[in-house]
Amino acid sequence: MHEMVHEEAPAQSAVPRERGRAIVVTSGKGGVGKTTTTANVGAALAAGGASVVLVDADVGLRNLDIVLGLEARVRHHVLDVLENKVTLDDALVTDKRVPSLRLLAAAQTREKDDVDTVAFRDLISSLRDRFDYVLIDCPAGIEKGFVNAIAGADEAIVVCTPEVSAVRDADRVVGLLGDNRSIKLIINRLRPALVRKGKMLSVDDVNGILRLSLLGVVAEAPDVIVSTNRGEPVALDAASPVGEAYRQIAQRISGTLTAPPEVPREPTFFEKLFGSAK
Amino acid sequence: MLQFIQRFFGKPPSSATAKERLRLVLLSDHLSLAPDVVEALKHDLIEVISRYLDVDVPHCDVTFEQREKEIAMLANIPILGVHPRPMPPPPAPYAAGPGPAAAQTSVAVADPAPPAAPKPAKPKANGAVNGHRPARRKRRKGMTSGTTAPATT
Repeated sequence: MHEMVHEEAPAQSAVPRERGRAIVVTSGKGGVGKTTTTANVGAALAAGGASVVLVDADVGLRNLDIVLGLEARVRHHVLDVLENKVTLDDALVTDKRVPSLRLLAAAQTREKDDVDTVAFRDLISSLRDRFDYVLIDCPAGIEKGFVNAIAGADEAIVVCTPEVSAVRDADRVVGLLGDNRSIKLIINRLRPALVRKGKMLSVDDVNGILRLSLLGVVAEAPDVIVSTNRGEPVALDAASPVGEAYRQIAQRISGTLTAPPEVPREPTFFEKLFGSAK
Repeated sequence: MLQFIQRFFGKPPSSATAKERLRLVLLSDHLSLAPDVVEALKHDLIEVISRYLDVDVPHCDVTFEQREKEIAMLANIPILGVHPRPMPPPPAPYAAGPGPAAAQTSVAVADPAPPAAPKPAKPKANGAVNGHRPARRKRRKGMTSGTTAPATT
């Protein structure tokens, strides 16, 4: 537990390579699962062989380190790098489970207004030279933190739950992201049984309004809560259906999976009986 | 049990309610118009048309509808007949104005998508505004004038 972060080699390939992709994970509304999505999509991309850095742009309310289970190893944060107090390599935390996954944590005791938008954009740009994927965990809201988070990203993943307020906010965020970014959608926390009973907006209801390219649909599942409790991304759990959903989302992002996303089904009787042992 | 009774008496599923609320709130968001402003717009629209045509005001219906790429304003305005008095002269901006594009931008923002084709007037309107023939007073469904206004999504 006491090894220094900067002892680990940076994720760099020897041959010249194309710049990586900078993707912001955003939603407008809080609590829809942006951080969980960032952690799991990033973990799945890295487990698939890509080099990935996750950047927590939620300065003042950092949580990505918690979801990844890396909180005890964060020594420096993004503002330390932007203010030239430490080097980028000093601040990057390497995930032990998937060594091609890195985290650049947010500052917990600072404010979003402390981050300079141009400097943050330049940081994302320099990360793109070193990693295949730069995933940016955007804070809730549409203020300075949002502006910073999207500044360096030319792609966006909008996370939306099947709720009126979440869809409305997602719609607003899509407008703010503008026409120059590729925008894709993840519908999170779907409960198939409620949809069937007419008690929850369906995938078609949500995307009938947002009309985005659908990356995937993630069901509400105890696995996600359990994995967050433990700080182990559910995407690395080969037995979890939700983990499989995240792995497929990662494959759609990388282009290795072209089949359209499936809507999660209800658990069978036996799955209900035996599926909650965790 | 309560759910069963509600279903029996035809209370809509809550997802349908959510969908309708979402539709209305997004219309308002996209138009950037408060509901009372929309009401004022409807009032003024009907008033302007009333200057030229005898309009069945209680049965006028102006709604907005989310289309693929734009919002359409649908006006269903039953026409009872032509006004006996002469047409007033067009207002000044009509002749010297900056053109139809400017009139559209006042509704809302930029979407380059072409506006949907205007809904054609229904032929069953029976020529109510054709020259001198007075229209029947009692008819509920008069000529339907469809108007579309592109707006942002």
